[in-house]
Amino acid sequence: MVDAFRLLGFQNGGWGAALLMAASVTVLLSVLGFALGAVFGGLAAAGRLHNSQLLRFLALGYCTVFRGVPDLLTIYLLYYGGSVALTSLGHSLGGSGFVGVPAFATGTLAIAVISGAYQAEVYRGAYLAIDQGQHDAACALGLNRLQRLRQVIFPQLLRYALPGLGNVWQLVLKDSSLISVIGLVELMRQAQIAAGSTREPFIFYIAAALLYLAIASVTGNAFYRLERKAPWRVRSA
Amino acid sequence: MIDFRFFLEILPKLLAGLPLTMELALTSIVAGFVLAVTLALAQQSESPFVVLPIRGFVAVFRGTPLLVQIFLTYYGLGQFRHQLSAIGLWAVFREPYWCAIIALTLNTTAYGSEILRGAIQSVPHGLVEAARSVGLSTYSTYRHVILPLAFRQALPSYGNEIILMIKGTSLASIVTLMEVTGIAQGLISQTYRAFEVFICAGAIYLTLNFAIIRALAALEYWMSRHLRQRPSTMSDAAS
Repeated sequence: MVDAFRLLGFQNGGWGAALLMAASVTVLLSVLGFALGAVFGGLAAAGRLHNSQLLRFLALGYCTVFRGVPDLLTIYLLYYGGSVALTSLGHSLGGSGFVGVPAFATGTLAIAVISGAYQAEVYRGAYLAIDQGQHDAACALGLNRLQRLRQVIFPQLLRYALPGLGNVWQLVLKDSSLISVIGLVELMRQAQIAAGSTREPFIFYIAAALLYLAIASVTGNAFYRLERKAPWRVRSA
Repeated sequence: MIDFRFFLEILPKLLAGLPLTMELALTSIVAGFVLAVTLALAQQSESPFVVLPIRGFVAVFRGTPLLVQIFLTYYGLGQFRHQLSAIGLWAVFREPYWCAIIALTLNTTAYGSEILRGAIQSVPHGLVEAARSVGLSTYSTYRHVILPLAFRQALPSYGNEIILMIKGTSLASIVTLMEVTGIAQGLISQTYRAFEVFICAGAIYLTLNFAIIRALAALEYWMSRHLRQRPSTMSDAAS
């Protein structure tokens, strides 16, 4: 037990500071991936609700593929595919040798692509939950298309989407651990490094699990408050 | 640009990993289902000594990444080699195969028990009272009234969980098991043709998931016979 305190401590070669740093990388990676995923998800949801059959097909394809294929495969695709593309770009510009893509950027993009596919379904469901009368009323008030979206539809869409987005966020947080396979030193990778160099895997993976739990419960609570306490909450009977 | 011969070359290699993917998924889904039913039923108990440990188990396994759970089982418990040998379990925890199955099973148990718990709660209380009033024992009430309704209610959510488990088996490749994703990663790092390998491996997973979704839809259809074959007099009376 004393041993665990020393290993996870902040002095005498303890790994506490490194793990907390890595946990903040995990949070940053997840937040950026989730935010970029909101853009992809929003576009895909718009595509799925669009009149154009081509756009509907493309958006459905995106959602089906990235929700149906293991996240690891998507990460490998972006990492290796990105490196190959960058290398051939480098060669065409007269350079030579292998160009690797930066792990953090690739990880963010991978999380965005995957979570975007899940977020699209959430946004689509939220849009469909908005009463047709709201569209009609906004039209009747003479608002133009942009005003209708910004002032009438988006505020309602967001609050219908919030519970679903909370679920996707939890998924993103846990998915971020997979980015460790491309060498980004986030919480999972840092725990692996510490486990390898101290030969104490049990303690470090337990510590990582507890840190993930802590992040999940703090952020989960924040979503819950946003849902329940915000002045724009959905009023129920 | 697209080289079909390359596809034909890698497809059999990737398909060779499919039995292992399905084996991992099937074993953990079946074992996880049995455990999930047990935990969901145990949580109907009023005793906090039963309910609180289960809540804790569920919270931990749903709140941490599957990868951490697999590493903790394989590398973490590997540290206790002597203690595990002493109780004869080292033969199990030495194998990445069994460690992956244990971690996947516990993970799906946690999610599954929550789905089933919700489904059991959704069974209207009046039906339970009706069962009691015709003299059914607690066992018969669960066996003939609550569980059949709960399983049908749970089916769509449980289907999602099954798809997630199929995807989850890909993490077994990180503890050296060569299932479809493991083989795909090997092929990518040999050939550097990430896109083609992704398409091919992705198609295998999508086909598998699609088949599962269709099978579950058929099961749901079969389980809701009573909702379709309503006697016409009933709907007349209702209107």
